[in-house]
Amino acid sequence: MSSHDHHANGVLPHDPEKATLEGRNKILGFWLFLGGETVLFGTLFSAFLALRHNVADGKTAQQLFELPLIALATFLLLTSSMTSVLAIQAMHRQKVKEMAIWLGITVLFGACFLGLEIYEFYHYVHEGHKFSTSAFSTSFYSLVGFHGAHVAFGICWITLLIAQLFRKGLTVVTAPKIYVASLYWHFIDVVWVFIFTVVYLMGKVG
Amino acid sequence: MDWLTTVDHKKIGILYLIAGGFFFLIGGLEALLIRWQLMGPEKDVVSAETFNSLLTMHGTTMIFLAAMPVIFALMNAIVPLQIGARDVAYPFVNAIGFWTFFFGGLLLNVAWIVGDVPAAGWTAYFPLAGPDFSGGKSMDFYAIGLQIAGIGTLVGGINFLVTIINMRAPGMSFMRMPMFTWSAFITSALILFAFPALAVGLVTMSFDRMFSGNFFVAANGGTGVLWEHIFWIFGHPEVYILILPAFGIISEVISTFSRKRLFGYSSMVFATALIGFLGFMVWAHHMFTTGLGPVANSLFSIATMLIAVPTGIKIFNWIFTMWGGQIRFTAANLFAIGFIPTFVMGGVTGVMLAAAPADFQYHDSYFVVAHFHYVIVGGLVLGLFSGVHYWWPKMFGVGLNEMLGKLTFWTFFIGFHLTFFVQHFLGLMGMPRRVFTYLEGLGWDTLNLVSSIGAFAMGVGTIIFIINIVYSLSQPRTAKGDHWEDGRTLEWSIPSPAPEYNFAQTPLVRGYDAFWKEKMAGNAEMTPAEPIGPIHMPSPSILPFFMSLGLFIAGFGFMYAENEFMNAALANLFSSYVVAGVGLLITFGSMFLRSVYDDAGFHIEEDEINKDRGIKA
Ligand code: HEM
Ligand SMILES: [Cu+2]
Repeated sequence: MSSHDHHANGVLPHDPEKATLEGRNKILGFWLFLGGETVLFGTLFSAFLALRHNVADGKTAQQLFELPLIALATFLLLTSSMTSVLAIQAMHRQKVKEMAIWLGITVLFGACFLGLEIYEFYHYVHEGHKFSTSAFSTSFYSLVGFHGAHVAFGICWITLLIAQLFRKGLTVVTAPKIYVASLYWHFIDVVWVFIFTVVYLMGKVG
Repeated sequence: MDWLTTVDHKKIGILYLIAGGFFFLIGGLEALLIRWQLMGPEKDVVSAETFNSLLTMHGTTMIFLAAMPVIFALMNAIVPLQIGARDVAYPFVNAIGFWTFFFGGLLLNVAWIVGDVPAAGWTAYFPLAGPDFSGGKSMDFYAIGLQIAGIGTLVGGINFLVTIINMRAPGMSFMRMPMFTWSAFITSALILFAFPALAVGLVTMSFDRMFSGNFFVAANGGTGVLWEHIFWIFGHPEVYILILPAFGIISEVISTFSRKRLFGYSSMVFATALIGFLGFMVWAHHMFTTGLGPVANSLFSIATMLIAVPTGIKIFNWIFTMWGGQIRFTAANLFAIGFIPTFVMGGVTGVMLAAAPADFQYHDSYFVVAHFHYVIVGGLVLGLFSGVHYWWPKMFGVGLNEMLGKLTFWTFFIGFHLTFFVQHFLGLMGMPRRVFTYLEGLGWDTLNLVSSIGAFAMGVGTIIFIINIVYSLSQPRTAKGDHWEDGRTLEWSIPSPAPEYNFAQTPLVRGYDAFWKEKMAGNAEMTPAEPIGPIHMPSPSILPFFMSLGLFIAGFGFMYAENEFMNAALANLFSSYVVAGVGLLITFGSMFLRSVYDDAGFHIEEDEINKDRGIKA
């Protein structure tokens, strides 16, 4: 089908991610997938909201959460969303190196975020806030942990894509993959904004 | 080997049909055992424990491993043909969808071999499904088996959405799409928004069972009602996921065999979309008795009753389609016509159940069992039988025998009404649902006997159907492209079975019922929208098989990680998560391979296409 139309002459079209039907399919399908992910997180949020005051014998959110740490993590993740935008802009200017650098920085910030989260969990467990302590703790670790797992997956994925970029360069095959990965990254960012508000801010307020 | 690596949506459709049919037989056997046990008072065909297992596995198998896959079989086999597409959007992902469903279903049924079978009902309410009441691995098989199978359903749904949005032939606008494709579209959208909720439900269930989580443990602040909400926010849309494709099939079959355009096409589309939307608004009608309070109960009551409006529109449209048509009573059409009154009866009892105060009486009685079988079996299963008879020649290049088909219809149809009609009365007389036996003298004996006889009649109908399949496949494959001669939609414009690339030339669609329109204009074929040329095809791949196999192994690894084993080596393998790790490694390794090696595919050349069409190159 249209997969050969473009790179035959070696010139990359302006929007390489949307140049082929395969690419367009990938992007549309990924938007739909994110719709499903929204339901997934929505369900976890609902469970958390239903259970967040049920602490049994364990600690409450007010006793546990330390906002400065969370604020730092939030800052890192939001910034990484911006660097991924810069990567896509570099892609449209066909600056492959620049693109790889911005993606690298994105991964790096994501990894720092993840590190902070692991530290946070470790710290809570030491305070006696275990997964099995209360309905609150179970739903907290599930919701935030699911998000963390998404970040971890994103880090592996984008790293793999950077490697591909070096091996195959920017083509109508790699471009949609990178575009889609950046969509994913924004999505986890948006979810985090909700977690920050619903879990941490509301938790601190009580 | 061919079948393990195929990414052709028509072959995947056949795989779905075989696997779904196989699970349908298992689920049917379970049903027959249940009905044998209940045939008379105080029978002991099976023990009470086994009965619970049979009931749970019957419901779960029928819904997830029989009904859904057969729907996917028809969607795979037909939807791309109906929209004039060469392929689905993601052939590779499509194969993953099949294999995850298959291995998930296998994992669930391995429970029978291990002898630790889920027994908390297909709804898996807590605390019944929790570790206290469902010890051992039983409900872990349920949670992990369905989790793996659910992945397949979800990616399948996305695949169809993208295929239908992006890959329609020129001229095939949304309002020219055949009704079956429309129903596949809305069903896929429902899958997209319902299955993630199930996935979360199953994860929370696993967390509670395996890692001592507290989502549903009242002592630590959890609540079982939360499970009911999560389950039914998936579960109610699920019943529409099941029934909408049947609506689509009935629309195609009735209009073909009435030789008439579907009456009220645009209102049908509108009704389908509306039903899909309302499907998400009514989940709590399964929870009237949990104490939601009068306000919530009233709202959910009214929302539920509203669904009768678009459904009624559909029923009238089907009747008006037949009105004045030249009706042919083929086997496929018998199933479709039998569907209409049967489904109406199920709908009527549905509205009865939707009245919250009345539901306090019906709840968990046999009345409910009668209701949902009228909609699922009388609706969906009759619809699927109709669709399978209708599209069989397109899928296999040979028709089913009409005589045997009609025999299947009558035995199954009569058996069905015998089985489930009397259950309404059993329910009203106080017989509870999910009860493994009952005492003599309650006045339930005769009706239960009738019900069981009916169930065996349905079994006979199914056997005749299998005979028909075997017979048909032993015949020469000579079906014409337009097998029924009254075909209206694009799939009938190409040979039966469709060639690998579907359309030698993408057709130009010039109206609703595209093929019929061309025939009326005196053309024997569709007008092509492009010159003949080489066709790009995706390469087959074994990776989808291995990805799903990996998940299967990992599922086992996680389930048995905490177990005591007699054998030290086994204990080490499982408890140090080696098995789980190997499974995940296979899955992620396959994903990695896939992402590293881009599939360039291959081309089918012009002269080969011409050879297929009987033209000398
Ligand atoms: C083929 C003939 C069938 C027969 C004879 C049959 C019979 C039964 C019986 C006797 C029960 C137990 C009712 C109770 O005591 O609570 C049952 C439950 C159920 N059946 Fe069927 N059934 C058939 C087909 C199907 C199909 C095709 C589906 C779905 C596509 C289905 C879905 C269910 C479900 C969801 C339950 C509920 C299980 C539960 O109570 O948890 N059945 N069936
Ligand atoms: Cu419902």
